[in-house]
Amino acid sequence: MTEPTPSVPAVSPVSPGDTHLLRVLARDGALVDPASDPGIPDDDVVRLYAAMLALRVTEERMLTLQRQGRIGFYLSSLGEEACSFGVAYGLEPTDWVFPSYREPGVAFWRGMDFQSWVDNMFGNAGDPVLGRQMPVHWSAREQSIVSISSPVGTQIPQAVGVAYASKFLGHRTVALAFFGDGTSSEGDFHVGANFAGVWKVPAILFIRNNRFAISTPYHVTTAVEHLVSRAHGYGITGVRVDGNDLFAVTRAVREAADRGRSGGGATLIEACTYRVGAHSSSDDPKVYRKEDEVQPWREADPLARVRRYLEARGLWGDALERSTSDAASVRIIEAVKIAEKKSHPPLETAFSDVFAHPTPRLAAQRDACLAHVASGQSAFGRTHP
Amino acid sequence: MATMNIIQAVNDGLRVAMRKDPRVVVLGEDVGKFGGVFRATLGLINEFGADRVIDTPLAEAGIIGAAIGMALYGLRPVPEIQFADFIYPAFDQIVNELAKYRYRSGGQYPCPVVIRTPYGGGIKGGHYHSQSPEAYFIHTAGLKVVCPSNPYDAKGLLLEAVAQDDPVLLFEPKRVYRASRGEVPEGEEFRVPFGKACVARAPRGQGTPMTIIAWGAMVHTCLEACALAAEAGLDPELIDLRSLSPFDEEALCESVKRTGRAVIVHEAPRTCGFGGELSATLQEQCFEFLEAPIQRVTGWDTPFPYTLEHAYLPDPGRILEACRAVASWS
Repeated sequence: MTEPTPSVPAVSPVSPGDTHLLRVLARDGALVDPASDPGIPDDDVVRLYAAMLALRVTEERMLTLQRQGRIGFYLSSLGEEACSFGVAYGLEPTDWVFPSYREPGVAFWRGMDFQSWVDNMFGNAGDPVLGRQMPVHWSAREQSIVSISSPVGTQIPQAVGVAYASKFLGHRTVALAFFGDGTSSEGDFHVGANFAGVWKVPAILFIRNNRFAISTPYHVTTAVEHLVSRAHGYGITGVRVDGNDLFAVTRAVREAADRGRSGGGATLIEACTYRVGAHSSSDDPKVYRKEDEVQPWREADPLARVRRYLEARGLWGDALERSTSDAASVRIIEAVKIAEKKSHPPLETAFSDVFAHPTPRLAAQRDACLAHVASGQSAFGRTHP
Repeated sequence: MATMNIIQAVNDGLRVAMRKDPRVVVLGEDVGKFGGVFRATLGLINEFGADRVIDTPLAEAGIIGAAIGMALYGLRPVPEIQFADFIYPAFDQIVNELAKYRYRSGGQYPCPVVIRTPYGGGIKGGHYHSQSPEAYFIHTAGLKVVCPSNPYDAKGLLLEAVAQDDPVLLFEPKRVYRASRGEVPEGEEFRVPFGKACVARAPRGQGTPMTIIAWGAMVHTCLEACALAAEAGLDPELIDLRSLSPFDEEALCESVKRTGRAVIVHEAPRTCGFGGELSATLQEQCFEFLEAPIQRVTGWDTPFPYTLEHAYLPDPGRILEACRAVASWS
């Protein structure tokens, strides 16, 4: 990483040398950069913190359920919650969001039905995507959140297409795509960033730089010190932000959205965070990283600093912490009870939504499948009596 | 009615679709002022402007990825992939994204994108301007695939594709882009339904009956073969499939049950080509009616050659040979 030469103005956010880290809230909960404070009203900070805490309780429960074999898979946003909530709060509720994996926080903030989210983990009849994908791959159209895909990065040019359509139709909608530092190696990132630059559309490319592509650390996949410097090469604004700082993420996202809405084009946000947990329930980070690397990041916890901020203002305390946490526990336990009682999605839904209307061939295959299951000879019938 | 070639019919179809529905946008490499390398989008930018006829960066994954986003948001994008040979950088976007969106979102996100792309050989295009990759996409659940052989069907299938709520790939036979001419209602909307084949040559009632099945540019090669076959005492019915996914199983089976013999012709390599699926279907549905094993006349299982392309492509002679084989089998 070369430092900016004196002839290059270092203040412009698109300067390749400008990798200034936007941070508003220090670990002790003090405002280190009051000028950048997004000024979130106290009531909303309380609501945001309570929602982050509830999410953490919920995700801990999900990982437990996976270990118990009650759900097949889970991916947690542990330690990265400020990214989801900063985005959710910084955007307008009708802005489009393309999640990658670790963004249930956006859905909850926007009011996605909690039971249907839990049902997705079980792939049951209440799952909004009818058990068609692994857990964590939900979809929430009412919340303007797009269906989640496993091939990483595909959502980036798609978000740029949404932003183009919004601009074309004269709408105010901004489209934001979440992805990780690992995904920034995919061609779709570079293609999407280039389209965003030439089209000057209201898109936000939000890199959750959590330092790992499953087991592979950042420096093994990326030769630049900071991913934000990629923005310059595509002619879009780049902003590097402390991803564990709810206020800073809110500030960066709100500014990027305003810039997009006012014709200023796309923004690449590099949110610097750390994947404190495993990549997924199928991963064991002890194989490839030491606990003493993780420990400093636990101390940089995004929830702790918001809590300290609130406590310093007399807006939060142990009683609220306990009651919020307990309520979240009860909510998830109750929802899981309900989810486990629900049956699998109706068999015929395996064949619906392939097209708007089934083709004759597909209809015949559906009927053959239903007949086989009805005959009692199907393996499915034995596993799902 | 105007006499048009396929390029003109596609151009007229796009114009009709764009006039009717302001959500229809065209995007791709060189589709703007240049009108596309084959001129299929010529003049559209003058009528509809650069924000509806979009010159994109040279990146197929971006073209299709962005088109997907546009469709999710409510537009009706009609991206052009300059040559079907260049579609592979967008393969993931087409196969994993476009094809799956409606299904994987529980019906929340339909994704009506119409991908137009010229395909096929016989134009001295060599390996990277001649391929026929339709089978990859027919094999993918969630995609519709059509392939016209003539100007009327090109426009009618295009307009039907734009009216669909599902993703569609329209493979355009560039070998006959200008050579195939015919009457097309100009400036009007009409649609050719998906899943319906048509008869390109009706049997004459004299000679050994048989069914030839083809699509796209191969229909024209088969018509030449039909003339040779008639001289040889054979009486083929030539079915132009037009729509590959879904395909007109009923029409194929009706014909083959009547003729007892089938020859399937396509440009793409033989192994796992769409002819294999058609052959298997006919065998399942028409087994007791068959007088001879079904014959396939296809490209060879080689990369598409430049200098030797006419040895690679099915020609009237090879098709005639297959017709003789099904007629004389005992």
